[in-house]
Amino acid sequence: MNLASLLVGAVQLALVVLGGPLLLGLMRVVRSRLEGRVGPPVSQPWRDIAKLARKQRTRPSESSWIFAVAPLVLVATAATVAVLAPLVTLAPPLASSTDFIAVIFVLLVGSVALALAALDTATAFGGMGASRALTIGALVEPALLVAVLALSMPLHSTNLIAIVANGSRHASTLLGPSHLLALCSFIVVILAESGRLPVDNPSTHLELTMIYEALILEYSGPDLAAVTLGESMRLAIWLGLFVNLVAPVGIAATAHPLALVVGLVALTLKVVVVGIVVAIFEVTTAKLRLFRLPELLAGGFILAVLGVVTGAVMR
Amino acid sequence: MNLRHSLQLRHVDAGSCNGCEIEIGSVFGPVYDAERIGARLVASPRHADALLVTGPVTHNMASPLERTYLAMPEPRLVIALGDCARDCGVFSGGYAVAGAVADVVPVDLEIPGCPPHPDEIVSALRRFTNR
Ligand code: SF4
Repeated sequence: MNLASLLVGAVQLALVVLGGPLLLGLMRVVRSRLEGRVGPPVSQPWRDIAKLARKQRTRPSESSWIFAVAPLVLVATAATVAVLAPLVTLAPPLASSTDFIAVIFVLLVGSVALALAALDTATAFGGMGASRALTIGALVEPALLVAVLALSMPLHSTNLIAIVANGSRHASTLLGPSHLLALCSFIVVILAESGRLPVDNPSTHLELTMIYEALILEYSGPDLAAVTLGESMRLAIWLGLFVNLVAPVGIAATAHPLALVVGLVALTLKVVVVGIVVAIFEVTTAKLRLFRLPELLAGGFILAVLGVVTGAVMR
Repeated sequence: MNLRHSLQLRHVDAGSCNGCEIEIGSVFGPVYDAERIGARLVASPRHADALLVTGPVTHNMASPLERTYLAMPEPRLVIALGDCARDCGVFSGGYAVAGAVADVVPVDLEIPGCPPHPDEIVSALRRFTNR
């Protein structure tokens, strides 16, 4: 790990921290426009975060340290992945040991922390949300891990940087059936993990239909600001990883400043496009009934398994 | 507290006839779209800057209303929306009515009307968001 790669990590972190809430704001604007409204400004999530950071912090009287540290864990895990993942460049810090599975589990630590915090509040909706979030998590993880297996087969390696680098070097692997099937399953996983429609409606006010929103009902002030920031960072990371697995065009192969600028612009453009597509998809679909969700997630799992099978057959 | 551009509202129906709710619905609908001035309805009083109360406060809703108010992080505002919330309106003297909103929690802003026009609600919210 040298100075250049640390600097690159800092650039990626800054991009995810600053860009995450803007991505969320952009997706809200797209949804509003399609609903015939003007909608909030793109910077609205940042304005909310800035205001929340100055408000009073309330904590449920019976809650323990878990409730207090969960928002920090959420932000810290997202920040760790933002530094290490191949978002802007293929030369982030610790490139040789950035394992895809490790990245997934670091992100998982954040979601589990939030679910535990919701249980910690001892409110009815907190417990219900935690149970739902972890049920979905348990169905998503197998699909995700099998998809990783399919993506890692050509290289015999689960090194995330190597997978993305291979895609950027040999564009033909990007169109392989195994790669495409794995990415289809990845889409389902992203929608579920970041709590978007049809899995969860991020703008719902009905407690009974909530999944991820129910986890954070008790947070206020600076804690809520951290949760909002953390969740938008995670969304940006998931979409960033996805676009780089689909089309690693423009990603900086070295830590050269010019390449970095190109990588930065390319990533931003790609994530903006995918974010808009997801927002359009969200407006045109209804939320799935909770008991139908396993079918969707099982579909994602099957796609990943098919990816592995075709990958094995075609070799 | 500067709530410029960002005002999260928690709505409590303390006993309204639901006429005011219909107007709130259209305040956040395509025509008036209060989201454009930075206002948003939220699902929890912990997330809210302002409590939007409609209707006269019935005996059953007096304590939930007060507890919702106490659950909000400071600084917190209370908006009494509609004539009922201001002075019990057509329901004054009813056997189920405990009083107006101001009898239970301190009110910062009143929006008159039965029900108030969405335009008036938006311009009242504008006083907090400054947009
Ligand atoms: S003010 Fe009018 S519309 Fe609103 S709750 Fe009272 S009676 Fe209903």
